[in-house]
Amino acid sequence: MIDNRIVPIVMPKWGLSMTEGKVISWLLQDGMKINVGDPILEVETDKIAGAVEASDAGVLRRRVGQADTIYPVKTLLGVIADPTVPESEIDAFVANYVLPAAEEGEEEQGPKYEFAETSVGNLRYVKRGSGDETVILVHGFGGDLDNWLFNIDALAEKATVYALDLPGHGQSIKKLDKPGLKSLTSALVAFMDKLGISSAHLVGHSMGGAIAMQMAASHPSNVKSMTLICSAGLGADIGSYIDDYVAAQGRKDLKPVLEKLFADKSLVSRQLVDDVLKFKRLDGVEGLLKDLGQSLFGGGKQHDATGKALGDRYPPALVIWGKEDEVIPSAHAQNLTGAKVYVLENAGHMVFMEKAGDVNALIKAHIAS
Amino acid sequence: MARKITMRQALNEALDQEMRRDPSVIVMGEDIVGGAGGGGEEDAWGGVLGVTKGLHGKYRGRLLDTPLSESAYIGAAIGAAACGMRPVAELMFLDFMGVCFDQIFNQAAKFKYMFGGKAETPVVIRAMVGAGFRAAAQHSQMLTPLFTHIPGLKVVCPSNAYDAKGLLIQSIRDNDPVIFCEHKNLYATEADVPAESYAIPFGEANVVRDGKHCSIITYGMMVNRSMDAAAELAKGGVECEVVDLRTLSPIDWDTVIDTATKTGRVVCVDEANPRCSIASDVSAMVAQECFKALKGPIQMVTAPHTPVPFSPFLEDLYIPSVASIVAAVKKTMAN
Amino acid sequence: MAKKPAKKSKPTTKAKSTKRVVKAKLAKPVKLVSKPVKKALGKRAAAKPVPKRKGNVFPLDKAGLLAAYRTMRTIREFEERVHDEFATGDIPGFVHLYAGEEASGTGIMMHLKDIDRIASTHRGHGHCIAKGVDVKAMMAEIYGKVTGSCRGKGGSMHIADLSKGMMGANGILGAGAPLICGAALAAKYRGDGAVGISFVGDGASNQGTFLESLNLAAVWNLPAIFVVENNGYAESTSRDYAVAVDSYVDRAAGFGLPGVTVDGLDFFAVYEAAGEIIRRAREGGGPALLECKMIRMFGHFEGDQQTYRAKGEVEDIRANKDCIKMFSERVVESGVITRAELASIDDTAHALIEEAVAYAKAAALPTAKDLTNDVYVSY
Repeated sequence: MIDNRIVPIVMPKWGLSMTEGKVISWLLQDGMKINVGDPILEVETDKIAGAVEASDAGVLRRRVGQADTIYPVKTLLGVIADPTVPESEIDAFVANYVLPAAEEGEEEQGPKYEFAETSVGNLRYVKRGSGDETVILVHGFGGDLDNWLFNIDALAEKATVYALDLPGHGQSIKKLDKPGLKSLTSALVAFMDKLGISSAHLVGHSMGGAIAMQMAASHPSNVKSMTLICSAGLGADIGSYIDDYVAAQGRKDLKPVLEKLFADKSLVSRQLVDDVLKFKRLDGVEGLLKDLGQSLFGGGKQHDATGKALGDRYPPALVIWGKEDEVIPSAHAQNLTGAKVYVLENAGHMVFMEKAGDVNALIKAHIAS
Repeated sequence: MARKITMRQALNEALDQEMRRDPSVIVMGEDIVGGAGGGGEEDAWGGVLGVTKGLHGKYRGRLLDTPLSESAYIGAAIGAAACGMRPVAELMFLDFMGVCFDQIFNQAAKFKYMFGGKAETPVVIRAMVGAGFRAAAQHSQMLTPLFTHIPGLKVVCPSNAYDAKGLLIQSIRDNDPVIFCEHKNLYATEADVPAESYAIPFGEANVVRDGKHCSIITYGMMVNRSMDAAAELAKGGVECEVVDLRTLSPIDWDTVIDTATKTGRVVCVDEANPRCSIASDVSAMVAQECFKALKGPIQMVTAPHTPVPFSPFLEDLYIPSVASIVAAVKKTMAN
Repeated sequence: MAKKPAKKSKPTTKAKSTKRVVKAKLAKPVKLVSKPVKKALGKRAAAKPVPKRKGNVFPLDKAGLLAAYRTMRTIREFEERVHDEFATGDIPGFVHLYAGEEASGTGIMMHLKDIDRIASTHRGHGHCIAKGVDVKAMMAEIYGKVTGSCRGKGGSMHIADLSKGMMGANGILGAGAPLICGAALAAKYRGDGAVGISFVGDGASNQGTFLESLNLAAVWNLPAIFVVENNGYAESTSRDYAVAVDSYVDRAAGFGLPGVTVDGLDFFAVYEAAGEIIRRAREGGGPALLECKMIRMFGHFEGDQQTYRAKGEVEDIRANKDCIKMFSERVVESGVITRAELASIDDTAHALIEEAVAYAKAAALPTAKDLTNDVYVSY
């Protein structure tokens, strides 16, 4: 009989294309106490490296996964259980654990990419979860919906979550009329229209945050709340990241630019750089990003003071920043008066990846309140 | 949307998308449509190994089957390029260069220079290269060194479907004469290839594997073999960096020098014959530029100084093997 | 008086009309004409007898005649002067002179515009001048100066000016024929009625590239014209030795396209035959071959002692086979043009060449950076 106090730790599925991951090392030892959100072990895929965080509290009872070994997604890697659960039950659990096989026609555990033909063109998106609340994740400049790979499943536990590729990004249409904040916001409106989403909690990263604020200003009834992560639009400062990103022609140029995004530079794997390079080389991308960058951040300054423009009437706002943000200074976090502000240590511009557990918890709490 | 397609499909897609984008792109070669003048099917072949299949229906009049006269039609492609078109001529096997080489190396390659900068010859000559197909001596060579040697030509040799599409698109958009080498044994290999158009710049090598102990510098079909060798060596704790040159002219000397400086040990793997090969070219440059950084003697792994044999047993010995690459790495590590 | 009608006779081999499933795009689809215009003239064309009647019996008006003379005279002056200058040792490399062949190049090029393309041989100065390439720039190029047509990078054998449709003199014999197939193909796609003309000598007429091009042009029905300037010698080897057929018309027919042989020393014969062939090609009638029988006054290259020539051959050529002299006599005899008018052109041509040589000698050499630039558009 399986004791409900036993919780498996399995190889996670980060992003749609992940099928396997390599265990790098365990961060805890048998017998150590675990709280929800604690990082337990480090895993590396061909796209990214990250830590598997505990979804439950308990004690780490068994480490099954071995360092430097590759396992398919959903493989049992370890066991968390209450200290009162006997060893023999842990043994039995481990012995009887069966890797859930993908059956014919079975819904994939992870989100599927879909396309919406909107009034601004074809936009790619994923949809996950089925809660009453709707959340829309909006990526930043040069990003795509896969940026949210550590967040989407967690947020989908209690809500219907959408993540889209903005025009010019990911696999959405690579054309945008008059590239700038207004046209991107119109694209988000078009997306919501097409999918029949009347109002949603917007979670925006960087440029996506500015879009969320712009949306709140122009379509207040459609925005239930805002979560602004390392957001643009809260100050004039912006480093050279945007220009450097647009100008980078090869891997050598691009790697140091992408390293600016993270506090932990080792997260910038070769695969990550390659993926960005492949994206940048698609026809139309470079020109569009250049124009977009000029419109939003030309001359090394942020042009759209969307935060200021909101004044003091805006939906409930949560502002999250990574202290080590090298792209937009974390000081900007204080510039939206009345918002809940969290500046997390040991994280940079991609705080929602580097501190996924914390960020997910904050967002979930914000949506619930 | 990136999906898995073969190199053959990727090349077809590149031609399709460029022909759609630019009406001055025309394609010519022997049997690139197939069935010309006969009573059977139109588009009977779409190229001897099917790379151009289906294009005839979409672009009527822009794919020309040619008589068996390489000199004439390769020259015609070059002449048309000098007059403002962007022809893609297929020289079925690069081994056939003998019957049309003058048009390529004395005409196309030299127009811009000889005419004082006042000519442009944006022609692409696609040709099959490489052994392993049991096609024997006159249909299996890796003649990349001969073309790399000629100033005025560019030489491209992709190792996978993603690179193949992006490099062929770049070749067509490029304004110089390009020799685009397609390894016949790689046509069926698959990779994730975006459906959208994209171009990969020339002169950019791809580091396909990072490693700190030894650099393996290679191109074409040998990239896969080098990766296999690297995997085997990794079991023994030797981490190899594998560099796919992608374009031989222009060549990415920066990446070659970086990797040689980083590891201090270099193995050049080349399917061409050893004398005056790409391997010897790269080795010499490394020896000249990275002498102080080298910890061991540079090794070259190439085919032997023989024509390509027919009998499968012999042909398999001819092509540099994973074992020979592993041995070369061990040899340079042995100091 | 109406001009003499062309003699039509049956060709020895009937050219087949060809059908191809995959056809290059045609401005006007036309079947291959199976009856070529043919003038049989025998092995060595003698000068035509001067007509007794006065008045303009020629296919050109007076202005046209003067222009023809001016071009031929300019070529002759250019070549004679280069001959002299070369002998002083000032000109580097090799030069191959067109003197004596002017009627051929001029008679053909007078039908062409800048959009028509030509590809020449190593003996390209005459073709360049007749096609409108700047004479001063040509001379500077021969001297290897940076203001030359090719910035000093090509030299005599590679003079080109694509803006004038001159796709280059070529050091590789026969190499121009496939290139002209390409130019003709491009003209077809553009539908602009332009033609391409490939010049070869009797020697290069044996090159595979040339023969392949005849077939390709016929198969694709290209507006490509192949001109064999048969001056009797391929370097030191006589045409009689090296070419198995007597008439290039037979060779053309063997490849499926019509051919004409004319006396290449007779400007008017060349002009008329070329005009017909070019008009036909422009209208979608396809390729043709034109053989111009002629002589060359100088050696294969400057410095050639010409020991392969018979005794007295060169003197005889100068005395009796000078195409410009023959042209002059005819037009003066007819009364259309006076000797004074011709003399005036002689002076102009002479002055132009003087100017060109002075220009070339004074011009600057290329600099060291010219060594490595213009190999590629971008690298």
